[in-house]
Amino acid sequence: MATEFTVTLRSPEVSVGTATAMKAVFVRDLKTAFRQPQDLLNPLLFFVMVVTLFPLGVSPEVSFLQQAGSGILWVAALLSVLLSLDHLYRHDFDDGTLEQLVLQPQPLFLLVLAKSLAHWVLTGLPLVLLAPVLGVMVHLEGNSVAVLCLTLLIGTPVLSLIGSIGAALTLGLRSAGVLLSLLIIPLYIPVLIFGTGTVMAASEGAPVAGQLALMGAFLMLALTLAPFASAAALRISLSNS
Amino acid sequence: MWQIFHKLGSPKWFFGIASTLMPWLLWVGVALLVAGLGWGLAFAPQDYLQGNSYRIIFIHVPSAFLAQSVYIMMAVAGLVTLVWRMKLADVFVKAVAPVGAVLTFLALFTGAVWGKPTWGTWWIWDARLTSMLILLFLYFGVIALGAAISDEKSSARAVAVLVLVGVVNIPIIKYSVEWWNTLHQPATFKLTEKPSMPAEMWVPLLLSVLGLYLIFGWLACLRMQTEILVREGRTRWVQQLVQARGD
Amino acid sequence: MSEPLLQAVNLECERDDRVLFRDLSFSILPGSLIRVEGPNGSGKTTLLRILAGLNDSYSGDLLWRGKSRNGYREEFLRNMLYLGHRPGIKPLLTPMENLRALMDGRRLLPDKILWQALEGTGLGGFQAVPCRNLSAGQQRRVALARLLIADEPLWILDEVFTAIDIQGVAALERLLIERVENGGAIVVTTHHDLRLPSMQRVTLGGGDGYGY
Repeated sequence: MATEFTVTLRSPEVSVGTATAMKAVFVRDLKTAFRQPQDLLNPLLFFVMVVTLFPLGVSPEVSFLQQAGSGILWVAALLSVLLSLDHLYRHDFDDGTLEQLVLQPQPLFLLVLAKSLAHWVLTGLPLVLLAPVLGVMVHLEGNSVAVLCLTLLIGTPVLSLIGSIGAALTLGLRSAGVLLSLLIIPLYIPVLIFGTGTVMAASEGAPVAGQLALMGAFLMLALTLAPFASAAALRISLSNS
Repeated sequence: MWQIFHKLGSPKWFFGIASTLMPWLLWVGVALLVAGLGWGLAFAPQDYLQGNSYRIIFIHVPSAFLAQSVYIMMAVAGLVTLVWRMKLADVFVKAVAPVGAVLTFLALFTGAVWGKPTWGTWWIWDARLTSMLILLFLYFGVIALGAAISDEKSSARAVAVLVLVGVVNIPIIKYSVEWWNTLHQPATFKLTEKPSMPAEMWVPLLLSVLGLYLIFGWLACLRMQTEILVREGRTRWVQQLVQARGD
Repeated sequence: MSEPLLQAVNLECERDDRVLFRDLSFSILPGSLIRVEGPNGSGKTTLLRILAGLNDSYSGDLLWRGKSRNGYREEFLRNMLYLGHRPGIKPLLTPMENLRALMDGRRLLPDKILWQALEGTGLGGFQAVPCRNLSAGQQRRVALARLLIADEPLWILDEVFTAIDIQGVAALERLLIERVENGGAIVVTTHHDLRLPSMQRVTLGGGDGYGY
């Protein structure tokens, strides 16, 4: 190791801006994920397979699927997000990048927000894009498919944001996966209710703007509060390791 | 001011206060509960619609009521844990979480028993029962997380974060479930809506609620004392206490 | 003498009902190297994590330039560099991408400098190979490359010599000496027999941790 580098010892005052740091976190997560595309594909395959179980396990009748379709898709999406949450901080925790993240001189909750958004782009967004195909397979009609995608688009970021809290709390614990589900599923219920309820209302021809606005309010609430809880939970989990 | 606060947080101090308080909590609580239940079950008038079966509300309503307040108390204690790092707050959360879960279960169970003669089925996806079921899930989460983390301080703080996240969600969950309920079962009979309940009904109900609160206070003190003895087993005052009791 | 960067005042840490250390006070001055010593399980890593701000289950005070550290968290973090057991290197990314990601949160440096830093740690030619294809020692060198371009006055290094070969150790020792001579402050734990001039020691007991 050469030491020809002369190191200046000026006290560093100028810090990297928070936006730059957030972007760096976001880009790194995306880059890492795309180096292992199979991991990206797995939640999607899971989503498709769970949806397939319903016609096989309950009934392939058009009337049933039309009635239950939005619920089936929402439950499947919820489960596949849940499945992917364990990875959100686990790898970073194991290789030590999480320690370095916590020690970055920016507000931690904003860096956590960047990570949650990256998680959504990698899991939630593909689900939204895949939903129309599955929507057709469960015989949802034209307008319902569009509304379903819209609810998923607003709802899945909430799932990522709330899930991040659970992932941070269970970091480094044995059987973290099951525990994570226990903690998070009750908190997902409102999103599920409004997600499916809105689609059902749309299929009956009722106006849905109000429900969509309410889901938007959920998203705003999750965006403002969840990163704080996740950041606090991360600090606690790291303190314990 | 700060000294008082610290004193309040001292397990030793609490242990003493709790010992003097507990007999009062227990006996007044039992007296109130016996009076409330006796009055409610034996003397209050019949409901003109449901006959005698409504009388289970004298158990159902107090336990449901308390189950929800216990979660809110836990959230307050969680905030204290996070902000002031007070040990006693965590002792409280750990001690009462199972009690809250049992109360929630009791509310669900009595609700189901009530449902049988009222709706003809043990379980109905009524808004109130469903919310209670989700509350039970929240309690399970708190208990499971607390048990999974071995380090006492980390466990205290992680549970505190979870309880606070839960308490923010409770109103949202309640609202969503109520909306969901109107979507699926318009105009069903609701457990709580008791328009113009006569005094002969609500006074005993109030007595039972108060009685159950006091008994809960006693149980909380008892469980907290046990928890304190386990945690502080190595300190001198606990060892002296154990010796004194042993002699 | 200049004012201390970080001061520990009456630190006490208890873990799983065992007191790791108590009444621990020392100052970290610019231009000094402190080696934290003690047997396995005596709390060396825990102390370093407390100093770095990763572990906050302690009692006592930590002062950053004379002020309570908790009120100046971001300033403190900007001036402190921590390397832990786990190097903070993503196996799927290349050394260059890793270093870029680690530096982007702190200081914007041109690629050329990062490239040179990696060459400086003996990773010339490996800059674009995914880190999982590198050896454990090489992966640690990626993390060590940060030291060559660090401007933080306080370094906290946990087991920094692990998995580094003999030449690497010698070069790293030289780097640490040079750093201290230039006014940097360093806290290290190591099982490697480190002999540096003007090295201070903080010794953690172990053994007598039980009981009140």
